[in-house]
Amino acid sequence: MATTVAPAPTRVPRQRPPGSRLKLRNTFIGWTFILPNFIGFAVLTLVPVVILFYMAFTSWNVFGSADWVGLENFRDLISDRTFHTALLNTGYYALLHIPLTLAVSLGLALLLNTKLRGVAFFRTVAFFPYITSIVAIAVVWNMLFSPESGPVNQFLMALGIDNPPGWTTSTTWAMPAVALVSTWRDMGYYMLLFLAGLQAIPGELYEAARVDGANKIQRFWNVTIPSLRPTTFFVTVMLTIGSFKVFDLILVMTDGGPGTATLVLSQYIYRKGFEEQQFGYASAVAIVLFLICITVTVVQFLVNKRRNR
Amino acid sequence: MATLTLDRPTAATPRPERDARKRRSIIGTIVLYVVLIGAAAVIMLPFFWMVTSSLKTNNQVFTVPIQWFPDPVVWSNYVDIWAKSDMSTWLRNTLILSVAVTFLQVFTGSFAAYGFSKMRFPGRDVLFLAYIGTIAVPWQAYMIPQFILMSKFGLSNTLWAIIALQAFGAFGVFLMKQYYDSIPEELSEAARIDGLSEYSIWRRIVLPLSGPAVATLTLLTFVNTWNDYLGPLIYLRDRDLWTIQIGLKTFVSQYNAEYALIMTGSVLSVLPIAIIFMLGQRYFVQGIATAGLKG
Repeated sequence: MATTVAPAPTRVPRQRPPGSRLKLRNTFIGWTFILPNFIGFAVLTLVPVVILFYMAFTSWNVFGSADWVGLENFRDLISDRTFHTALLNTGYYALLHIPLTLAVSLGLALLLNTKLRGVAFFRTVAFFPYITSIVAIAVVWNMLFSPESGPVNQFLMALGIDNPPGWTTSTTWAMPAVALVSTWRDMGYYMLLFLAGLQAIPGELYEAARVDGANKIQRFWNVTIPSLRPTTFFVTVMLTIGSFKVFDLILVMTDGGPGTATLVLSQYIYRKGFEEQQFGYASAVAIVLFLICITVTVVQFLVNKRRNR
Repeated sequence: MATLTLDRPTAATPRPERDARKRRSIIGTIVLYVVLIGAAAVIMLPFFWMVTSSLKTNNQVFTVPIQWFPDPVVWSNYVDIWAKSDMSTWLRNTLILSVAVTFLQVFTGSFAAYGFSKMRFPGRDVLFLAYIGTIAVPWQAYMIPQFILMSKFGLSNTLWAIIALQAFGAFGVFLMKQYYDSIPEELSEAARIDGLSEYSIWRRIVLPLSGPAVATLTLLTFVNTWNDYLGPLIYLRDRDLWTIQIGLKTFVSQYNAEYALIMTGSVLSVLPIAIIFMLGQRYFVQGIATAGLKG
């Protein structure tokens, strides 16, 4: 019973005869459920993660052997200007992408959590960008963002903006452009998660709040938001990790450019690893990415746990 | 127990709904529709532009002011692209991969989730922590050791690499477990007392109850595999192994001024999945709303 997980405090411990054979049998059956997935998961995810930590301390490249170099790779990282740029760019992207997507997807979910006729159609529309391929949408948006005669800038000029941004051709605007496109693409998915959370809120809660005289806004803050906390937690974690590992959209839309204006950590790992074959050094960069994601997750988890008390 | 299993449907009990409708003014409804239609138009505009551009001549794609409707309608783009690219090979490879990965992910994911959610045994929580932990680990961080490992197995540059890569994700296990946790413990407990084995409880009680979650996972996995660009980029070198994403990207760099044809290729890469989504969408969104009804 020591293994009881935190989110199920109401669960009553099952009454079982304390026979150890039964326990053993139970363990065996439990493992058979998990094994089919776990074997693949262990070989292709867990083992590579462990190897990663070894590789980061070696000078492994495509020709040489994996010589242990200790912290040399990390020392090199500290003075690597391109790495600094990639790190800052990734943070900048996350700063743009997370709040924007969180707000838009929750807003859409609240808007679409009605029984209005045709609401299913609007949900489909909002979700549609998420199911389309990165390559296709990157190509389309690149054309839409085209500085001279692209539709976006034509629209802005029609609004009276004489010098519309150069978007993906401008070092200042390339990152906002990418963040906008990724928000547009992701919002439908997170909206669906929020919708599922909203619909799981028991109607009795609202009814009770209404009986107590709570108005619409009070019901939102005192029923909807607290009930949504597990969903919001899940969405925020996924969104944060998603932001820090942003890769393919940037690879296709800007390829890190112009210059290094949109070069992000993932792409730097890819360049060092697959293009320059410096497996050891690339792994050191990968560890930085790993540490960022783990830290963010742990912090969010702790905050959420404390708030639940 | 009845209230537990029916918590979702009661969210839409008719009484408060009727009251609310009475109170909601017609103006409010109209405003909401206008907002929704406006938002929908903005969201769909890039797709509208993609489709219309694919039906234009190349010179008409970028015009000032924007030409919203193609004139004349150039259907020939949709004929030319098959001759100019290996579109059929790309589509076939992508389909094979998506189906195989989805089947494996849904089966092993929902099976493992049962072990994590409904069973108690030593080591379970440590294992689950390993799964949770790696959800937080970006694939980009361990793609290099994974590639080296996969090459050692001789899987690099085969379709098997992508299947192995995508089919055993932690996300599926996590998603299914989240859902299983919401299924009342009493249900499986009652079945256990009735003498059902754990496998039967999974197959006959928990799995049928989790239709919406299975649908969600199926859809997301299929879509993710179809849209995956990085896996194929790293693992698939041979032209005849390419998926639609790699193919399209290469096509774009090869014919970078053929705007109309590029849009045609984009439409073709999106179209199959759009059709699948439209067909499955009713079950997908409704499924979330009516979860637990069968209980």
